[in-house]
Amino acid sequence: MPPYKTGLLKRKIPDESKEVEVNNSRSDEDEVLIRGELDAENDSTDSEHDDDNAASDTERDEILFHDSADSLLSDDEANESLAESSDLTDSEEDDESGDEESSHEEDGESNSDEDKAEEEKEAKPKTKAESEDSGAESGTGPTLSGSSDGSKKTKEKAINKKEFKQKPIKKKEFKPKPTKTKAVQKTTDSIDALANKIKETNVTIQPVQEKDEYESGDTSDEEERVNTAGAVPSWWYDEYEHVGYDVEGRRIARPPRRDRIDEFLRKCEDPEFWRTVRDPGTGQDIILSKQDLELIARIREGRVPNPEHDEYQPWVEWFSREVLATPLRAFPEHKRSFLPSREEQRHVSRIVHALKMGWMKTRKQIAEERKKSKEQKFYDLWGSSAAAGEGEGVRGLQRHIPAPRRPPPGHAESYNPPPEYLLDAKEMKEWNKLAQTPWKRKYTFLPTRHGSLREVAAYERFTRERFLRCLDLYLAPRAIKMRLTINPEDLVPKLPSPRDLQPFPTTEVLKFTGHTDLVRSIDFDPSGQYVVSGSDDGTVKVWETSSGRCLRTLALGCAVTRVAWTPAAGLSLLAAAAGRRLLLLNPGAGVGAHRVAARTDDLLAEPPPARDVVMDERTAACVQWETPDAAQWARGVRLSVTHFKPLLHLSWHARGDYLAATVEEAGARGVLVHQLSRRRSQLPFRRAPGRLQCAAFHPHRPLLFVATQRAVRVYDLVKQELVRKLLAGAQWISALALHPAGDNLLVASYDRKCMWFDLELSSKPYQTLRLHGGAVRAVAFHSRYPLFASAGDDQYIVVSHGMVYNDLLQNPLLVPLKQLRAPEPRGELCVLDVRFHPAQPWLLAAAADHTLRLYA
Amino acid sequence: MVSKKKKKYSSGEGAQFMTRKAALKKLQLSLKDFRRICILKGIYPREPRNRKRAQKGAGGIKTLYHTKDIKFLLHEPIIWKLRDLKVYQQKIRRARATREFGRMRKYLRDYPSINIDHIVKERYPTFVDALRDLDDCLTLCFLFSTFPSLKKVPRNQSMLCRRLTVEFMHAVIAAKALRKVFVSIKGYYYQAEFEGQTITWIVPHHFSFQPQNKDEVDFKIMSTFVEFYTMMLGFVNYKLFHSMNLVYPPQLTAGFSPDSEKDLIDEHAYVAERIAALNISLAKVAGANEVEELPEIDIFQSEDGDPQKLEEAKQEAEKVKKLKTMFKGLKFFINREVPREPLVFIIRCFGGEVSWDRDHFVGATFDESDESIAYQIVDRPSMDKQYLSRYYVQPQWVFDSINARTLLPINKYLMGAVLPPHLSPFVDKIKDQVYIPPEERALKDPDFKPLDDEPSGSDIEEASDEDADEKNEQESEEDGDTALARQYQQEIAEDSPSDDEDGEDNLDPEKKKLAKEKKKSMAVVSGVPYKENPYQKQIEDKQAFRLREKLVRKKHRNLYKSMKAGQEKRKKEIWLLRKKRRLHDEKVKEEKKAEKRKQKMQAFEAATA
Repeated sequence: MPPYKTGLLKRKIPDESKEVEVNNSRSDEDEVLIRGELDAENDSTDSEHDDDNAASDTERDEILFHDSADSLLSDDEANESLAESSDLTDSEEDDESGDEESSHEEDGESNSDEDKAEEEKEAKPKTKAESEDSGAESGTGPTLSGSSDGSKKTKEKAINKKEFKQKPIKKKEFKPKPTKTKAVQKTTDSIDALANKIKETNVTIQPVQEKDEYESGDTSDEEERVNTAGAVPSWWYDEYEHVGYDVEGRRIARPPRRDRIDEFLRKCEDPEFWRTVRDPGTGQDIILSKQDLELIARIREGRVPNPEHDEYQPWVEWFSREVLATPLRAFPEHKRSFLPSREEQRHVSRIVHALKMGWMKTRKQIAEERKKSKEQKFYDLWGSSAAAGEGEGVRGLQRHIPAPRRPPPGHAESYNPPPEYLLDAKEMKEWNKLAQTPWKRKYTFLPTRHGSLREVAAYERFTRERFLRCLDLYLAPRAIKMRLTINPEDLVPKLPSPRDLQPFPTTEVLKFTGHTDLVRSIDFDPSGQYVVSGSDDGTVKVWETSSGRCLRTLALGCAVTRVAWTPAAGLSLLAAAAGRRLLLLNPGAGVGAHRVAARTDDLLAEPPPARDVVMDERTAACVQWETPDAAQWARGVRLSVTHFKPLLHLSWHARGDYLAATVEEAGARGVLVHQLSRRRSQLPFRRAPGRLQCAAFHPHRPLLFVATQRAVRVYDLVKQELVRKLLAGAQWISALALHPAGDNLLVASYDRKCMWFDLELSSKPYQTLRLHGGAVRAVAFHSRYPLFASAGDDQYIVVSHGMVYNDLLQNPLLVPLKQLRAPEPRGELCVLDVRFHPAQPWLLAAAADHTLRLYA
Repeated sequence: MVSKKKKKYSSGEGAQFMTRKAALKKLQLSLKDFRRICILKGIYPREPRNRKRAQKGAGGIKTLYHTKDIKFLLHEPIIWKLRDLKVYQQKIRRARATREFGRMRKYLRDYPSINIDHIVKERYPTFVDALRDLDDCLTLCFLFSTFPSLKKVPRNQSMLCRRLTVEFMHAVIAAKALRKVFVSIKGYYYQAEFEGQTITWIVPHHFSFQPQNKDEVDFKIMSTFVEFYTMMLGFVNYKLFHSMNLVYPPQLTAGFSPDSEKDLIDEHAYVAERIAALNISLAKVAGANEVEELPEIDIFQSEDGDPQKLEEAKQEAEKVKKLKTMFKGLKFFINREVPREPLVFIIRCFGGEVSWDRDHFVGATFDESDESIAYQIVDRPSMDKQYLSRYYVQPQWVFDSINARTLLPINKYLMGAVLPPHLSPFVDKIKDQVYIPPEERALKDPDFKPLDDEPSGSDIEEASDEDADEKNEQESEEDGDTALARQYQQEIAEDSPSDDEDGEDNLDPEKKKLAKEKKKSMAVVSGVPYKENPYQKQIEDKQAFRLREKLVRKKHRNLYKSMKAGQEKRKKEIWLLRKKRRLHDEKVKEEKKAEKRKQKMQAFEAATA
């Protein structure tokens, strides 16, 4: 059980104890209510008959009641003797026999008690009782009405006053003092006396409401307890248990005080709370009955309180259409009543004059004018042509963008279009296929042919199209868009014609056949007379350039990745990378002059003094210089350097003494520089710069270019430091070639690009050439002509003009000249290496189809 | 001293633009009113350069207005009118709700109208501005003039449109301003020229009004547009009439006066009256000269204008002058099955006289039996009673003649004949890569022979002197070039040594032998001049260009590609049209042949039998 409920119970327990006889079947609230009704001698507002009763002498009513109540009195009294003395009723009970009021009160109580008892038996106790009550009241009403007429007004006043009084009282229930004093004062007044009377009658009515046993008409009851305390402030009684004295001088017990919580709870729980008022005199709660409320409402509206009363009772139709035999007024109508008054006449003439003058208009005229004013009136808005020029006075839109016009109709829109515009079966199929997405169609309408003009029907979407145009006009965002009026050809850079940049290789002239596998690498000898090629079939072949004849084949045992002829003119020596070994070969007999070959042999035959060949441990662990045995010597091998890992790339220094070798996946030891004269090696790097691709020497300066996967690093070999880093902007660099002048660099990458670096300019590419459709695997410069070539996995070798000017202000001029058709690709590969002839504008390409091709 | 940090979007694009919601808030208008005022004032959203910034960082796509446009609206007196109107509507609503119908009727009767004269002046400070923007106005007014009374459209609006459009047509007739006509499946396209401005409008075919789906067409919006357009057209009409010394408003038939409240039950009667009105010449202002010949315009040699252009302009002017009086003195009779309105309008525009069947429609000026009628326009396969004194032509002849600016030979347009295609005069011929149908080319070039007379179509298509055609030719040649190049390269691939220009060492063995012999003889022989193969040269150029193409800057690469793709697409379209035409012509020829053969056979059979 929630705490507030327990509290409730506690508070209610004393109530119950007070009224033992009353109760049982009824709920607590009901008990309280009833007791309240009884105790408070309340219902001061209760309907009309109160008033009546009050007006008429109370004694008579009492007598009337007395008779009827007799029978019930005896047993009630016994019961009531048990009731507490604190209750008002009890105090009166003491001498009930003498006092009709009190007896009647008892009656009421008893009635109510009985009522409750009967409720168990009867299904509908209260409703019946009430209805009968009202009946009883109405019964009493007319009987008393006649007598009460005179005093009606005063009574009404009294009631009103009471109401007014009660309202403030309700509000100020916490401080009863002032209210009580007032109430006391009021009682002294004569009017208040009347009001009290009314109250009395109310109480007397109460039993009637409850029960129908008093049908006889004992509505009035005088056993009201009147507080006779007089006009004293009520707070005088604050410290007492009573609030005053009744007529008999008995104390009127103070009803239990309720605090705000109680009020609130009552408000929540009691459905009758809204019509419960407290009597300031006795402090009892009074519940207003339905009739009371009705009465109050009527009084408030200023109507006659009694609903049955007819104010206009005897209504005589004096003036009616019936012609009376004797007229009420015996004189005839005055002449004036037949003549228009002069005032009117003046008025009419004034109107007529106004109409004449046009000051006033008839309704018809007004309507016409109205219609006319609604018509659009057009005038010369733009004024004369002279004034037309001055549009400056009018404000306009900021940077107005006029709406674009609709495109004009084409031939297809004609009602009789040329036959080529009509859709054929295939186009019709596509048209139907795009039914769900009509905006993708070729036309917004279906081109249709009509034989003659009369067959043309209205266009269904016309309204819709106009609507869309309207939407476009006010809803489509507008912007000024620059339209390009250039030809696409203008975007192509203007370059000199290839015809003016001759010579360059244009056609294939020779095919070198003989290898049995991919030719990995090729090189010209410094004179350009011979060609060396290294192949996957493990051989190095030396060819004659002019005829394509194979002069010498050197079998090296494993795939040759790289061959390079020494740039030193007086030597007949070539370097070949085969697996882990770097072999220095002398093609010897039949290739070049005998003396040169012999001198080369002499040079290489004797090893240098041992003190020169000093290598630190790190290097010594990587390479091993070996002098070949006789068999190898016979095969042309003059020197061999065995590396710790397979070789990737080789390149000679311009003077031919040094050789840079790049080794696969070797980290910091990836680049080795071999010196032939001393037969020793160096490891230039301590740290790995990245994934190494190749390394090359600068043609005349002590610089080493090392290509890693993403960048090309330039090292100064004298100062032993990094000079600069060239960022290629490519994913994977494949090859690199240096311009013979040394200031420009060409880098090829596997992602189809060639980057031209101008070392003077920047570390970013001067130009990126996307001339290939596949990976670019090789690039080469011509040593004399301003030419360079690139080749890779696509079917073209591109020869370009790359002019480097001596003038530093002029940037290099790059012109692609010719796409040479490369041999058929094998697998993914097509061309693996390209080289220019040292003197002639000839290009040699190592192809994947085991051949070498010479282009001239 | 730390300067106050600038708030984001308080300047630049963020401050320049305003979303529609913000605009509504600023103007304190409902969306409905805002829409209306935007339409009336011609305010439109703008596309910002950077949308993200313009929307103050908000995502999505919002309707953005220029802040200054909205501020401009803020000063518009009409906004207050709209607000008052809102109050007024509330009054009406209240009257209806309280069932005070008398008052409601009074309110409705005195419904305030918004005067938008000043907006017309504001939007079009000069008359030429108004003319320039007349296209949409006329099209919409002509459309509305065919509308019945609709729920969302004020009752008198379509009436007003009818009146104004007829007035405008009269102005065109009086000024002889019509230049081009085109009968499309959507309607009749007209192009008129006033004060150097071309105005193009569409008049729908008959019975163009169909009840529209509610979510497809909102008539309220269109009606607001028409509200402005009628105002504008009225002023334009006034100006046009006055510039031609005509009385405005012209007294037309009763059908247009707005006080004829009765519904035009019979649409035909209305149309008939409208057309009849077109056939009446207008009253001139008293004292105005009857014929006002334009003075001969002197042509000054300007610095930049090359003489050819001037010559062209002169010719054009001459042509237009001729066009204006093309039908002068000719009498036309329109048969009743022909749509009369466009024809009457056109013929009257070019100075012809028109009449029609007096029994069927009002306003006929002469009878069919009139012997002076030059042309009778018919649209039926045959007629019972024919006059010898006149030509019976189909209506397309009129349209085509106007577009050709001469009276075309009528033999193709005679009654019952299969009509030649009707071509659009609006196709821009100056633009390159435009397909020109053979009919049009024949019209331009009298030497041009139609396809079916020639054995092969491809030569003819290239035999033309127009720019566009040259372009096309070039393209077709290019096509040929590429094909050739491919072939050539294949050849190279097949046997590279067989190149006879550069490689002298790989000649035929016979030649070698000869050379050897010659060498042996050591005689001096007269040299053979080296002939450069033009194709070879072209191929080389082509290859060089293709290489150069790869050097297009990265910045322009996409642009270049798209431009090229567009070119290719247009080329393909033209090729497709040409191919379809060729196929069609061949088919027609075949059919003709078969027909002829059949006839011959029949004749032969008849002869033998």
